Amino acid sequence: MNNKLLTFIFILLPPMPTLKIKTDIAISDTGFVFIPSTGDSFSVNPMGAELINLIKQGKQVDDIKKKILSSYTIDPATFEKDYYDFVRQLKQYNLLTEK
Amino acid sequence: MEKLRYERPVIKKLNTGFLSKFGTRTEYVPVTHIDDNAVEDLVKEFGSPLFVLSESRIRENFQRANRAFKTRYPRVQFAWSYKTNYLNAICNVFHSEGSWAEVVSGFEYNKALHNGVPGDKIIFNGPDKTDEDLISAIKNNSLIHIDHLDELYRLIELSEEVKKKPRVSIRINMDTGVYPMWDRFGFNYENGQAWDALMKIVTSQKMELTGLHSHIGTFMLTKDAYGIAAMKLATLALKIKKELKKNIMYIDLGGGFASTNTLHGSYYQGKDISPSFDDYAEAISTQILKSGISPEELPLLILETGRALIDDAGYLIGSVLANKRLSDGRRATIMDFGVNILFTSFWYAHKISPAQDFSHYTEDTVLYGPLCMNIDVIRESCTLPPLKKGDQVVVHTVGAYNMTQWMQFIAMRPNVVLIDTKGKSHLIREKESLEYLMQKEKMPEHLKGFKL
Repeated sequence: MNNKLLTFIFILLPPMPTLKIKTDIAISDTGFVFIPSTGDSFSVNPMGAELINLIKQGKQVDDIKKKILSSYTIDPATFEKDYYDFVRQLKQYNLLTEK
Repeated sequence: MEKLRYERPVIKKLNTGFLSKFGTRTEYVPVTHIDDNAVEDLVKEFGSPLFVLSESRIRENFQRANRAFKTRYPRVQFAWSYKTNYLNAICNVFHSEGSWAEVVSGFEYNKALHNGVPGDKIIFNGPDKTDEDLISAIKNNSLIHIDHLDELYRLIELSEEVKKKPRVSIRINMDTGVYPMWDRFGFNYENGQAWDALMKIVTSQKMELTGLHSHIGTFMLTKDAYGIAAMKLATLALKIKKELKKNIMYIDLGGGFASTNTLHGSYYQGKDISPSFDDYAEAISTQILKSGISPEELPLLILETGRALIDDAGYLIGSVLANKRLSDGRRATIMDFGVNILFTSFWYAHKISPAQDFSHYTEDTVLYGPLCMNIDVIRESCTLPPLKKGDQVVVHTVGAYNMTQWMQFIAMRPNVVLIDTKGKSHLIREKESLEYLMQKEKMPEHLKGFKL
């Protein structure tokens, strides 16, 4: 899928809500995620940790996409699919809230 | 600035519980080459999915099995089980190692003749032999293994028509201590059916009794059952010698040796529990040698091993078509091969490796095939690194039965490649085409052409 087509699809989509990582979550450099309030723990790979940190910093999807595409060998369509799948996982695990 | 290698983001919930004494699983170690051929290159040349067979591994397996038996018993003969994999090139690898042919249908029988196997070195098993098959087998001096009384009586009639004595054996089923007991094939040992059949053969004087045959089961994880079968057949051979004054030329223990695959529901990995060729050989040889048959009259020991000789020589290369997330959060990956060509995934948890380098992060994944059919599941749960569309995987230990039981369902069967002992790849079965599939179809005149 080319970039122009993706941009077109984005214009048609409703604006994305702001994502926020829950404040009490601790992430180690090695990708260990811990929620003190529930005792749940997770492991994430480096890309997962980077995305969590970017979301934690308050970055929006466009900024995150730009940053990843400039640093990694990945096409926009594949990253976008992976990003939304990952965000859905974070929500399912109750690590993320939408504002 | 050079860009970094991308890996799909993965998050995995850590569950506490009992420790596993087996440690972590290692399916994600990549397999980038098969017999020095890069998986990537094989896919470029022959497409995906693709069956790959290793000639070196087949020959190693055969020689290991042959050695295991011949170092324990003086007279041993292997017969290649055509139903396990009857691609002509594969059969000829076994024949070039000295294997006879073991067939279970007229189609397989003719295939063996076509491959150049002499008629008297073809063992004809199975419950379905037509008159035409039997006449051909009688004329070619093949070893006919009788499955039921109807066949026995028909053979008597045919021997009169052809005016030639068929060389026959009977298949004998028996209690070897394993469940379920295979009693649907052949004549029962314990209740005397087998003896009655042998008496009929000898007293009819229309047939030449050459051997005794049994095939006690499939994927047999216990060697001792073969020991019991060998002991019972040897005892029967002695009784035939004593009471019917006939020497049995051979004892055929059939096949059923397990490969290193893991059966669904098995707690242990197949490679940890499958007996070795040495185990089977020890159990069988010991019983025949101590049976009381004199050394100069020891019968030829025939083995129809299929699966254990070829399973681990076969690989299936496939590619990721898509990834998706199931409603319960599990990752699902759709491959370009399914149960249509990997029929054995119905009973094996096949080992599956990625074909490219990955980090050590893994995810539990359901592996689906491409068929529009709910039962098309290759692995219910498989630990794999994050795979993306277009990535390749290698499925291990697929050499037995897949290339004979594969289904032509909504897709074509793929190319099959043999890598020879020098590492050169050869196309041994071309992928099917629409023309190939339709060539046997006929269109009634009134259905030709329509308007929509």
